[in-house]
Order: sequence, then structure tokens, then C-alpha cells
Amino acid sequence: MPQYLISVWHDDTFEVDFSTPDAQRLAAQVGAFNHDLQQAGAWVFAAGLHPASSATVVRSSGGEVSMTDGPYAETKEQMGGFWVIEAADLDGALEWAGKAAAACEGPVEVRPAQG
Amino acid sequence: MTDALDEVFRREAGRCTATLIRVLGDIDLAQDAVAEAFTIAAQRWPKTGIPPNPGGWITTTARNRAIDRLRRESTRAGRHLAAHRLHTDSMGPDPNPQLDRLDDFVDVVADDQLRLMFLCAHPALAADAQVPLILRLLAGLETGEIARAFLVPEATMAQRIVRAKRKLHDNHTSYRIPGATELPDRLTAVLAAIYLIYTEGHTATSGQSLTRTDLSSEAVRLGRTLVELMPDAPEGVGLLALMLLSESRRPARSNPDGTMVRLADQDRSRWDQALIIEGHQLVRACLRRGQPGPFQVQAALAAVHADAPTAEATDWSQIIALYDQLYALRPHPVVALNRSVAVAELHGPAEGLAALAAIDSGTLDTYQPYHAARADLLTRAGRRHEALGAYDRAIELTTNAVERAFLVRQRAAL
Repeated sequence: MPQYLISVWHDDTFEVDFSTPDAQRLAAQVGAFNHDLQQAGAWVFAAGLHPASSATVVRSSGGEVSMTDGPYAETKEQMGGFWVIEAADLDGALEWAGKAAAACEGPVEVRPAQG
Repeated sequence: MTDALDEVFRREAGRCTATLIRVLGDIDLAQDAVAEAFTIAAQRWPKTGIPPNPGGWITTTARNRAIDRLRRESTRAGRHLAAHRLHTDSMGPDPNPQLDRLDDFVDVVADDQLRLMFLCAHPALAADAQVPLILRLLAGLETGEIARAFLVPEATMAQRIVRAKRKLHDNHTSYRIPGATELPDRLTAVLAAIYLIYTEGHTATSGQSLTRTDLSSEAVRLGRTLVELMPDAPEGVGLLALMLLSESRRPARSNPDGTMVRLADQDRSRWDQALIIEGHQLVRACLRRGQPGPFQVQAALAAVHADAPTAEATDWSQIIALYDQLYALRPHPVVALNRSVAVAELHGPAEGLAALAAIDSGTLDTYQPYHAARADLLTRAGRRHEALGAYDRAIELTTNAVERAFLVRQRAAL
């Protein structure tokens, strides 16, 4: 079955403080959504990410590996988390994406995986 | 034979492609297969004659070619497939679903084209690619023709269409009629596409004949299917009414020698009364719902014209009021252009030219009807020198041979 990446995008200054009621509400919503994905057999993998400031960029050139402080893309919007799901087709994936956007109260991007 | 083959191509290419996409589940594969089938037809039919059901012949030939190709390619990928089988139930169905589906091939389904339209109108596609994709796949229009209809360069249009096809392919988009909740969102693009197919049939962008009846009747047929599918969508009903009322004038639009006759000069006794009556009924039915939209207003405009026993008797103030309503719904320069022509009928050419001058003509500079209308108004205002220039520009932009001949005659009469 085709797999899709559903990614969550935040402003690069976004940080979650799990002691706040807002964050607790989001966590509960996302938890319920994850449960639904698993029940439906659509779940492959998912993770929330630490802020983009925690990222490291690694390059390999001529056998030499080098590292720099990240993130890679110097954009205002950064990926904050993602799901990899299985769906029969794009419409199926978009339906899950709608629920994901509602759960995390922000826009999500859907991309098909190759293969 | 070339003409007969062209005729079959225009009439059947969209339908065959739509069916093949359903069967093969792949747009490019379907397009290639249909093109290949037409190539074979071009070689064979001059000797054998055109088969009794040319569309069926093309569909079956295209399907067989596609099967051959898929089999060849799956042999190449044989090792991969064998490996795949090891990981799936070896007693289960063929892991290649495309070949699976080919085996229970069914005949052309009437819904295939609508299904394809709704796929092309998928909200995940860029809005400016949806209608062009429908025109390319379903109406068999060339990219150049579509680019002219949208007033953009051909290369831009080609890129839009390729990108949209690629997105549908990469995303494993399904080929189905969307559910009731999704339908309204996709309806706008589908209606726009059907109307563009109709207008392309009404005045073909290129060629020797003014109209391409095949496209117009195809658009009317799609409109009827759509209204059956969604009787509660007033814009769908409005579109069908608009097409029927425009179609009612077809017998009067050209002289027996094929030359073009303007609305004002048409013999109204030749208008098709049955289509006018049906169109009127549909206009009234959709307007009663109180949810006016661009197609309903345009249908109402066509109904006002159909009501007038002579061109002079046309209720031009009603026409102008409807154009104002249409402009409020869709503030497009082409609407303003048509309104200016109505203003000229009611208040004279000078007023019409003033209304024309008030339009931002940037997007209209390459739009042939703008220059043709301007030339006509300048002629009527007695501004001969400027009229000649406007006719030159209009003739330069005209790609339809009959329309060009008409403009050349008008210019020569000056």
C-alpha cells in the first residue's frame, strides 16, 4: 500500500512547554489521533521533533565527513514532527491529514513516498 | 481519409483516453496507448475502411498495445516481481494489479469522462492546472489551443499540464467519482472545463470550419450527465441552459457557404425553438433557487437574446444589468468587454467606445474579440482610420479561417 509522509510545520521559534494547558490539549489530541491510526492499521511511524535549533547538518565529501550547526534549510518555517502512514490512495491520505491538522492545530504537508 | 480520421480522433480521443485511464490506472500510459492506436488506424483504415465502431476499435487496440507493453516491462522487472511474490501469499492474486485489472476489462463506461474530470479537478492540484488538464485529456485540445484560451504562453501551459499529471501519478490518486461531500468543491473546475470545451466547439481556435460540432455536442452531453449526477447544483443547471441556448443559434450562425453571420444579422426563424424552450425552462428552474452564479447569469443573458424577435427588439438595458451582475460575480475584463458592446447597442458607438476605453486592456491586447469589437464600434462611430488599424490587429490574432474571412470582408467594406 502507498505510504505518505504527513509533516507538521511551525515557526522556527516555536517551542512546546508541556506544563501549559495548551500543550496538554495538543498532546491529548495527537495521542487520540495516533490511536485512531493504529486501530485502522494506517500507522507506520510518527515522532514529534525537538526544535530546529537542536539540528546538526552532516556532509560527506571525498570520504571526509564534516558537521555544522543546523538546521539545513534556513527558513522561517521548520518541520516540527511527522507521521508516516499507509493509505490506499491520495484521498485516503488527505483524510488522515485533515485529522492530523485538527489534532495539532496547524497546517500539515502530505507527500507520497517513492516506490 | 485523413479528414475522416481527424473526425474520429476529435470525437473519440477523449472518450478512449478516459476509459483507458480507468483500465490502466495511469494517465501517460493511456495517452501513449491511444496515440499508438490512432497511428495504427492511420496505416490500416485506408485499406480496410473505417470500422463500424471506430471508438471501440481504438479503445480495444490501445488496450492491447498497453497490455503488450506492460507484459514486456514486467518481464524486465521479472526478478523484482518474483522477489515480491516470495513476500506475499504465493496463492494470492497476481501482485501486478494493472494486469489484474486488464483481465476484467469492460466496455466504455459513460461515466469515465466525468470520473476523469473530477480527478483533474482534484483540490490537491494547482487551480490553474485543473481546467487545462481536463481540456488536454478529455477534449483532445492541443496545448497551444489551451494556452490561447487562457491567454498564457504555450511553454507555461505545457509545464502546468506536465506537473499536474506527474503529481496525480506520484500521489497514487484514485480514479473515481468523488463522494457527495467532496463534489461541490470540485464542481467549479469541472463546470469551467465543460464550458471551455463548448466554447472551443462554438468557435474553433483553428481550422477551416467555424464550429467543431463534435466538441459542442460532447460538452452538452457532459453537461446533461452532470445535471443528472448533481440535480441540486444550480450552476450546473445554469451551464447546461447556457449551452443549449447558445446551441439553438447554431443553424443561423453561418451562411450556406460556411461564412459567419453575426448575432445581429442572424435569421432568427432558423433558431432551434426546442432548444430555446428547454433552455428557458432550465434558466427559470435554477434562478428560482436564489443562488445566482456566473453560469446562471450568462444563461439569463442568452435567454434575453433568445426572447427578442429581432435584433432591434433586444432588451439591451436588461442585458447591461445582467452584465453588471456578472461583473460583480466575476470581475474579468472579457465581461467588461461584452458589457461595452451592449452599451453601444443601447446608447450608441461613442458610449460603447468610452466603456471599452475604461477597461484595463493589458490582458486583452492579445484577445482577438477585443480588437474585433473595437473595430466594429470605431466603424460605426465613423472613425475609419482607427477602425482599419483595429481590424488589422484582429485579423492578425485570428486563428480560425472563417472568422478571418469575415473580418477581412468587414475591413474591405470600410
